[in-house]
Amino acid sequence: MTDKVQRITSVFSSSIGKKLIVAFTGVILTGFVVGHMLGNLQVFLGQDKFNTYASFLQGLGELLYVVRGMLLLAVILHIYFSIKLALENREARPIPYAVKKYREASYASRTMHYSGIIVFAFIVYHILHFTLGKVHPQYYHYIDPKGRHDVYSMVILSFRNPLISGTYIVSMFLLAWHLSHGFSSLFQTLGLNNARLRPVLGTLGTLLAWAVFAGYVSIPLAAWTGILKLPPGVLP
Amino acid sequence: MDLTLYVWRQKDAKDSGRLEKYPAKSIDPNMSFLEMLDVVNEGLIQQNIEPIAFDSDCREGICGTCSMTINGIPHGPERGTTVCQLHMRKFKDGDAIYIEPFRARAFPVLRDLITDRSAFDRIIQAGGYVSINTGGVPDGNAIPVPKVAQEEAMDAAQCIGCGACVAACKNASAMLFVSAKVSHLALLPQGAVERKRRVLNMVGQMDAESFGSCTNQYECEAVCPKEISVQFIARMNREYLQGRVLPEA
Ligand code: HEM
Ligand code: FES
Repeated sequence: MTDKVQRITSVFSSSIGKKLIVAFTGVILTGFVVGHMLGNLQVFLGQDKFNTYASFLQGLGELLYVVRGMLLLAVILHIYFSIKLALENREARPIPYAVKKYREASYASRTMHYSGIIVFAFIVYHILHFTLGKVHPQYYHYIDPKGRHDVYSMVILSFRNPLISGTYIVSMFLLAWHLSHGFSSLFQTLGLNNARLRPVLGTLGTLLAWAVFAGYVSIPLAAWTGILKLPPGVLP
Repeated sequence: MDLTLYVWRQKDAKDSGRLEKYPAKSIDPNMSFLEMLDVVNEGLIQQNIEPIAFDSDCREGICGTCSMTINGIPHGPERGTTVCQLHMRKFKDGDAIYIEPFRARAFPVLRDLITDRSAFDRIIQAGGYVSINTGGVPDGNAIPVPKVAQEEAMDAAQCIGCGACVAACKNASAMLFVSAKVSHLALLPQGAVERKRRVLNMVGQMDAESFGSCTNQYECEAVCPKEISVQFIARMNREYLQGRVLPEA
C-alpha cells in the first residue's frame, strides 16, 4: 500500500510526471475551449435559442458545480506544474550563452508562459464579466420575454463597447497562440507521436488554434458591426 | 581567411571565466574547426599565452568527445556534423566567431571549453545496459528481430552521447539522449525484458543530475550530429507512463 502511494507521489516529483500533468490538464482545457466555443456560436441562432442554451447550463445544478470544480482544478494544476517546471528549467542553465541561436523553436513555443498568464488573467476577467456580472454590471440585468436572464442582449451590448471587444479579441489571439504550440506539444508529451504523425499534428494544431480564434472572435465582431441585432425593446 | 575569435577562457571550475578576443589569421578553408583552433593555439603558445583547452579524440565524428557552442549553436552551423567534422569553408573571411563551452548545470566547466559530462555516464549506469548473466555466446540469428524494430533501434543507437542536445535546449534537458538510449534497448527483444525498470531508473538519474525537462521545441534534434529524432522522446514518455502504470511483477 505505502509502496503504491509512493509510486503515485513520485510521479509528481519526476520531470516526465510533471510534464504529463501539464499535458493531461491541457487536454481538459483544450476540450473545454472547443466545447465552449461551439456553445457560444449558438448566439447566431437568435435570442430565444441562445438564452435557452444559457438557462439549460444554469439548470444543471450540482453537475454544473462538478464541471466547474474540475475545470478549476485543471487550471490550477496546469499553471502550478508549468511554472514549477519552468523554474527548474531555468536553474538547469545557471550561466547563459553570450550568443544563442534558435534553429527550430517557434515563437509561440518560446512565449508559452506569457500567453498562458495573460489567458489566465483573461479567464478571471471573463468570469467577473459574464458569469458574475461584477465588471460592466450595466449589461447584466436584462430579462428576456420569457422571463429568463437575457444573456443574448448582455453579450451584444457588451461587445458594442470597442474596449471590451478589443480585450476579448486580443485575449483570443493569445489563446490561439498558446494552442498553436500546445496542441501538438501535448501529443508529444503523452507519447502519442511518431515520425509520420508529427507533421499531421503540427498542421492540425495550427488549424485548431486559428479555428478557435475565428470562432470566438466572430461574436464580438458580429456584435460590433451590427450583424448580431439587439432584440426589439432592448436599447443600448 | 582571417577571422576574429571570441573564446570562453576559464582557468578551472572555480574561476568565473570570460570571453577573450583572439585573431585567427591566414586560416586554410580546408582545415577542420579543431585544426583551426590547433593553429590558433600554436600562435598563443609562441606569445606565452596558455593555449585554449578543448576536448577531442577521434576527430572523425564518431566518439562524441569534441564539444563546443559556435555562434550560439552546439557543434556549429553545419547540420548533422560534430565540430571535428566542421570545416572552415563554412565560414566567411572576416567572420567573428563566438566559441563557448556546452552550458548546463549538469555539465560543469572544467577549463575553457572542456566540460565534465560524466552525468551521462551515470545515467547509463542507472539502466542503459542489458543484464547478461554469463553463459555461452548465443547464435547470431537465434532471436528474430523484426526489420522495422531493428532499423528504429539502430537509428536510436546512433547517439554518440556528445551532449549537444543538452547544450542546445533552452532548459538544458537531456531527454533526447536518455530517450535514444531507452528506445534503442526497449525496441530489441534482448533489451525489452528490463524496459520498465530501465526507463524509471534512467529518468530518475537524469532528474537527480539536475537536467531540465523538455518543452517540445526540438532544438536538440536540429543540432544533433547524428540527427536523432525527437520521436524517441515521445517513445520514452510512453515507456515511462507504462513503467509507472504497469509495474514489473
Ligand atoms: C484555457 C486555457 C488553456 C489551455 C486550453 C491551455 C492548453 C495547453 C496545452 C494543450 C499545452 C500543451 C501541454 C504539453 O506541452 O504537453 C499547454 C502547455 C502549457 N501551458 Fe497552457 N493552457 C491554458 C492556460 C494556461 C495558463 C493560464 C497558463 C499560465 C501560466 C499556461 C501555461 C502553460 C505552459 C507554461 C505550458 C508548457 C509549455 C511548454 O511545455 O513549453 N496555460 N497549455
Ligand atoms: S572528436 Fe570524436 S566526434 Fe569529434
